[in-house]
Amino acid sequence: MSQTRDTHGLMAEFERPEQLLEAAQRTYAEGYRKIDAYSPLPIHGLGAAIGFTHTNLPIATFVCGVIGAICGYGLQYWVHVIEYPINIAGRPMHSGPMFIPVAFELTILFAALGTLIGLFLLNGLPQPYHPVFNVPAFARASQDRFFLCIEAEDPNYDAASTRSFLEGLGCLDVTEVEA
Amino acid sequence: MSEAPKRQPYTAPAPVLGPGQTSYTSITEKISSIVLTPHTPWQWFAVVAVGLALMGMLQVAIVWLLYTGTGVWGLNVPVGWGFAIINFVWWIGIGHAGTLISAVLLLFRQKWRTSINRSAEGMTIFAVMCAGMFPILHTGRPWLAAYWLFPYPNSMGIWPQFRSPLIWDVFAVSTYLTVSLLFWLLGLVPDFATFRDRARNVVTQRIFGMLSMGWRGSAIHWERYEMASLMLAGLSTPLVLSVHSVVSFDFAVSIIPGWHTTIFPPYFVAGAIYAGFAMVLTLMIPLRGLYGLHDFITPRHLDNMGKVMLVAGLIVGYGYFMEQFIGWYSASVYENFMLQNRMFGPYGDSYWALLTCNIFVPQLLWFKRIRNNIYTLFGICMFINVGMWLERFIIVVGSLHRDYMPSSWDMYSGTMWDWMLYIGTIGLFLFLFFMFVRGWPLIAIHEIRTLLPVGNKKH
Repeated sequence: MSQTRDTHGLMAEFERPEQLLEAAQRTYAEGYRKIDAYSPLPIHGLGAAIGFTHTNLPIATFVCGVIGAICGYGLQYWVHVIEYPINIAGRPMHSGPMFIPVAFELTILFAALGTLIGLFLLNGLPQPYHPVFNVPAFARASQDRFFLCIEAEDPNYDAASTRSFLEGLGCLDVTEVEA
Repeated sequence: MSEAPKRQPYTAPAPVLGPGQTSYTSITEKISSIVLTPHTPWQWFAVVAVGLALMGMLQVAIVWLLYTGTGVWGLNVPVGWGFAIINFVWWIGIGHAGTLISAVLLLFRQKWRTSINRSAEGMTIFAVMCAGMFPILHTGRPWLAAYWLFPYPNSMGIWPQFRSPLIWDVFAVSTYLTVSLLFWLLGLVPDFATFRDRARNVVTQRIFGMLSMGWRGSAIHWERYEMASLMLAGLSTPLVLSVHSVVSFDFAVSIIPGWHTTIFPPYFVAGAIYAGFAMVLTLMIPLRGLYGLHDFITPRHLDNMGKVMLVAGLIVGYGYFMEQFIGWYSASVYENFMLQNRMFGPYGDSYWALLTCNIFVPQLLWFKRIRNNIYTLFGICMFINVGMWLERFIIVVGSLHRDYMPSSWDMYSGTMWDWMLYIGTIGLFLFLFFMFVRGWPLIAIHEIRTLLPVGNKKH
């Protein structure tokens, strides 16, 4: 359990997505938990392979959508029934069906904003600095290469044995990530 | 005597990508080379120059409009709605194809959408911006428009009328613009990261570094990202249907013959998809040639878009037919007169031109050879672009110019200023779209990468 402050972890570079997927599964099976995989495209099953199985993002969408619906309908009700009721062509002050379109649009607006803000908050973006960018080869993580990083915070992390484990996974290269 | 029916041998569907794109590297290089290069094709400058010239004209028209007032337009008493609403509906309809491609086809798992969704979404946003100019300008005093459009009381404490479709329009269009922009920017973030990592120039690195917000392609981030895309697609699908339905309510809720029909919402939505796909093809066919995107926008894409246009066109045709049928079946003298007047009245020529552009000519899309020829396909798209404008002209002017009271009948035509505003927004659209093409990834790189079969040998 050697943990040094100046190391973020060890990073292995792979050429193909299926190699990364298999390596991630084996790393997880080996008992490592503080791991992350980086790829230029979404890979199905990769999140599950490193132990990420559930996201609360849809809850943010739903809650914000409900708030939008209440705000949209409430605004119109308040304006036309409470704040300044005006009789226009004898229509009822509370014209329910006529209030639906604006309430609907605000439901969508709030839900979409909630989804996007929720996504960025959960992902911790924008994030100006992250240690993985210290690896020069990592520039290809957004292009055509696949990376797996075992972080130094992991209780099983050991600079020498983790490195040899990663090298046994069929990667191109293993690099130490400076913190 | 039994004879086995002749069957075509089974052929696998054509791959989405052309044969030239076989690796993540080649895809990344091809798409980023359009932007991350000092070289700009002269055709790009030509289009931007035209766009800028037309924008200059637009500015002159706007200044004159604001200085003089909406009296410079050709509006008169029975025809109180003219070019402003025609152009508004035309532009917003064009925008709808982008959302259809990015959201509805995503939910239907249509992989071929990947090559065109980014540019189609861009088209949506720029078209909605052009559309938004007209309602804002038609107030005559746009700096006061907040009192009339947004939920904000005026100095007498009176609020906008939420029972009016015109206010629904404000909410529908502003929500549509916002959500389309969010969806677009969400898709752009991973591609900005690619540009950040490929840029050689420090300024470019910094710009894309900020735009990419530190995206690093973490598997956990991708999982949430995919969920967010799905959520936004699910939200955009009813949104896009609602927007043009609300636009059609502007007409359908009134009691003008020719407007007061229940077919309007679905018929407007189909017309929007029709016009939008025509505009996507109008933009993509030249871009494909200019930037050599034949491996991304393959004949299969053009064929599919041709088929979508054919179907949407048939629904629009059904809408025209139903308008005629219900007009006759209602036995209302006003509806009957409106139909007679539409076909054989002073604007009859426009009606027959509309049917030619939107119904007769597009029937050529039944033929595979015509769908697969870029020149004929482009030609048909131009007919549809014109036809969909004529459709709105017929709906607006054709219904208003001879309403219930013959003593108030009058003719309408756009003035020079009307035309300058309309053509000026086309310049604005071209300018915005080509600035996007030069500066941002016009094809969703990370989505294209997912089209490569996993396990494919690297070349």
